[in-house]
Amino acid sequence: MQPDQLNADQFSGYPPQARQVAVHRLELFRQLPLAFLPLLLRELIAYDWKFPAERSDLDNQLAYLSARSSEQLADAMAPFTKLRLSAELVEVNWVSEPAQFSERLTAHLWATHQIDAFRTAAIDYVHKVNAAAPSMPLPLPRLTIAVIGAGVERNSYPLFRRLRPQGVYFNGIDPQNGWHVLLETIVARAAMHPVPFGHWYIDGGAVATPASPGLACVSYDALQGVRNALVNKMRSVMQPGGGGPEVLRTMLAQMRPEDVGLTGAGEAAVLSRFQVSILTEGSGTQLFSTTFVQWSAREALRRAQPVTLLARFTPRQREQSMKDLLAGIEQAPVPDPAGSLIDADMGAYYTWLNQQRLSGAQQSSFLAWFENHNEALAISPALPRGKTDESALDMRQLLRRLT
Amino acid sequence: MGTLRQVAQRVALSRREFLRAATGAGAGAALFGLAPLRGADLPYGRKTVVVTFGGGARDEETFMPDGQENIPTLLKRLIPQATVFTQVVNRGILGHYVATASLATGVYETFNNFAAVAPENPTVFEYFRRDLKRPASDAWVVAPSNGFNRIGESGHRAYGPSFGAGVILPKRLLGTALSATGEAQYEHLLRDNYETPLYTPQLSGSEIELHQMAELLKLSVEAFTAHARSLASPDELSVYIARQLMRQLAPSLLWVTLHDIDIAHSGTYSLYIDAIQRTDRLCGELWSAIQTHPEYAGKTTLFILPDFGRDSDTDPGGNGFQHHRTGDPLSRTTWMIVMGPGVRENVVVDRAVESTDLVPTIGSMLGFSPRLAQGRPLSEVL
Repeated sequence: MQPDQLNADQFSGYPPQARQVAVHRLELFRQLPLAFLPLLLRELIAYDWKFPAERSDLDNQLAYLSARSSEQLADAMAPFTKLRLSAELVEVNWVSEPAQFSERLTAHLWATHQIDAFRTAAIDYVHKVNAAAPSMPLPLPRLTIAVIGAGVERNSYPLFRRLRPQGVYFNGIDPQNGWHVLLETIVARAAMHPVPFGHWYIDGGAVATPASPGLACVSYDALQGVRNALVNKMRSVMQPGGGGPEVLRTMLAQMRPEDVGLTGAGEAAVLSRFQVSILTEGSGTQLFSTTFVQWSAREALRRAQPVTLLARFTPRQREQSMKDLLAGIEQAPVPDPAGSLIDADMGAYYTWLNQQRLSGAQQSSFLAWFENHNEALAISPALPRGKTDESALDMRQLLRRLT
Repeated sequence: MGTLRQVAQRVALSRREFLRAATGAGAGAALFGLAPLRGADLPYGRKTVVVTFGGGARDEETFMPDGQENIPTLLKRLIPQATVFTQVVNRGILGHYVATASLATGVYETFNNFAAVAPENPTVFEYFRRDLKRPASDAWVVAPSNGFNRIGESGHRAYGPSFGAGVILPKRLLGTALSATGEAQYEHLLRDNYETPLYTPQLSGSEIELHQMAELLKLSVEAFTAHARSLASPDELSVYIARQLMRQLAPSLLWVTLHDIDIAHSGTYSLYIDAIQRTDRLCGELWSAIQTHPEYAGKTTLFILPDFGRDSDTDPGGNGFQHHRTGDPLSRTTWMIVMGPGVRENVVVDRAVESTDLVPTIGSMLGFSPRLAQGRPLSEVL
């Protein structure tokens, strides 16, 4: 089916709010090319469980497209219209299954050497939409904190190499009470500036603070049951005769929170969906806590666009060498603090990069701290770049330097 | 970011400057150096070993300043003896099996990366064996991943099974060996592909079985499993098997696909770095094996090249080193080291070449005609 054949009934399977938006934008959808519309619908079909910032982005995008004249729209869509699609793609039920269409479209674009053209078109389109989006003031400048290195006593790995050119490297931090101060800080920000899903705390172990109003909490430990259930499902599909990777991808794309034991309504349902997506879309998130924290922080920043984020990396399990595996003894997971510190150092860098993609990046602050040690890296408009500061500071004093 | 061409050129220039500083290599030698040594006619003792620095390694962790510490063997030992192509562009699908198959056919293959299918176009092994009338024992592939079991021969009607290479999947053999002895714990070892970590495909290719390995390599199952117990990774097992092949069969065309680096898909940077360092070391071990084995010493050309890179840190569509999904220019731009008799030493070639040029280059060296390959022979090493 081509988009110009769309009608409202075809969206009857969409959740209520998504359906309402789809029917409202039906005329627009009929004018969009097949290489574009299902990708938009892949976002829209999850509208009811999206974070406020995501909804706003999607609304802006639809408003941008709707505001174009027919000629302008055709011009904006021309790079997508030019892509050659197969007859099989046209036959896919892309209204009801836009994610599956997206998978097949991706494979088709790679196989027909059109992925680069698509990539160029997509980047250009996103730039135009972002440039046209209204600038919304933030309630306060963003602050992201990455805490790395739990469980490491001595370290010789040069930390923050990628971040040092962006800010100040502090090596005289008094670690006493530092973690507690950081927790206090994010809880206070959440209380003073209540924004739905505007303040996040992600932990690679267990959550270290009581439930706090306005603070979205995600932790690796709390999802242990979900992770186990998911790995078991994946394993059964991937065994010979189980369906293979294609079936696995479909299964993961269709997985709902209740399938892995997560329940909840309202905001809890939105957070449950987010957590399921972390475990089903993120590679390695089911097995390694460092990957879980990095990917969760990335997705929280990309999707929820929080003004506050605290991400704490904890030791992941050690990867067994072949020698160990062949020892034939079932061993309990052994933590690897030293390797995890290196993972987390890179994770902190990626977290900063992802914060920089958001609005207000020039006013944002970032802090990475080697937990229980005296090393930290701070980036802020109030601080110079590429400097080292050996001052003796406690965590409160360090935080004050950011503002 | 710029176009693929622009970025590829920038990457190549960066690599050239670094190599010049680190090893003293110069581009000028490519133009004005002495002609390569070669016999009037290549005696048919000439051999080729291809090693894919596999699993996708980025410049940041290899040739850029912070990455140099991870590849000491390449930089200090191999590159000073090699011609290095700094701009090898892969315009194909960036999945490991399909990309490695493309390297082996000289054509950008387009099949499903996760399917156990043969390449559509003839492989280098088939050209080699058919044109030069070489026996099956003269072309071998060693690959760690079960997904590579069909890489030895294509589905092309004019070539195919009669001309393919033998394929050894050491991990698979080890799994079989342990299964036969009732030992557990091998399921994880058989993890085939870090993109789909639980995928173990059904096999239906030309890979050899356990008893064949024992017979061909004069290696008992007990000795094989005992040695495996002393190794840290599947790639170490692959290199061990490759060395056994060199000792027992001395194939003229040997292809070793390394894959440990693909652990990056798990998102663990430290394990990714460990794997790069291990791969660097294993490349050195293979070169040492070539230099010390009388069947190979002085008559073997070694090619080392990644199948492709990984996503850049700054591409918003990716997650940095973890994947190779965006198709961004950095993930498509790699390098190649060529060394051996007749290949100029300590030379850097900046011009853009393609990963599909490998097979035509080997064809020109060994004297077969890869008729359907899309690439062109690399004159700088011929």
